[in-house]
Amino acid sequence: MKGLYENEMKLEFLSKSNNEAFARIAVAAFSAQLDPTIEELADIKTAVSEAVTNCIIHGYENKEGKIKIIAKIFANNIEIEISDSGKGIENIELARKPLYTSKPNLERSGMGFTIMESFMDEVHIESVYGLGTKVTMKKAIEKQESVCEDREMVGAV
Amino acid sequence: MESEFLKEDKLLLIKITEEIDHHSTDRIRRLVDNEITRYMPRKVLFDFSKVSFMDSSGIGMIIGRYKTANMLGGTVEMTNVKPSIQKIFEMSGVLKIIPVVKSA
Repeated sequence: MKGLYENEMKLEFLSKSNNEAFARIAVAAFSAQLDPTIEELADIKTAVSEAVTNCIIHGYENKEGKIKIIAKIFANNIEIEISDSGKGIENIELARKPLYTSKPNLERSGMGFTIMESFMDEVHIESVYGLGTKVTMKKAIEKQESVCEDREMVGAV
Repeated sequence: MESEFLKEDKLLLIKITEEIDHHSTDRIRRLVDNEITRYMPRKVLFDFSKVSFMDSSGIGMIIGRYKTANMLGGTVEMTNVKPSIQKIFEMSGVLKIIPVVKSA
């Protein structure tokens, strides 16, 4: 029955940097119902942290605004949508490039989107310059049962 | 954050004791740069044993401290890095200049 489970949550908070930890912990807690491994949970937390940080630094450029997160669970997948009503991205292709950053003076590494892409299965970016940005990420959480069976088999051998 | 300077070895030990993200890096950066310019160490060793989470903000933070230390003639190494954090450092290529070493 668990495979048919569907659930959804929404969060809205101010673009303050101390909400970065709140956002990633909240999404991780929500995704915990899929029984992710510690590694999968770390991947989700990191991806959320990258997207929320982008909203704060780039979307709102440290001015106050609102960040929205919608997370959905269907079957073994989690879909996370993180959006702002900030500046928008002028050139999405360039923003996605590893090591590219529009803010090198802030010691940003330019690895944000690269990390989201490698830690999640899918990353979709929609942005309208001047209106805001929405990042949608998906990740399939592998069933834990099979892992346990493998462990038992290894133990038996 | 805890820091200790070993005079004989000119080694500055920095133990970060919090999650590393955009929020915490501002403060870590200030504190560490302060210690580096104060002691001018030959080596700065970052201990990650108490760091349970890091996002890409940590890459920029560590490269920035490498620049400060390097300008004053020092190098930077890291130790006790958890696999989830190691993965982020590997992706960025930063380990070529700032290696992860086994804890002493």
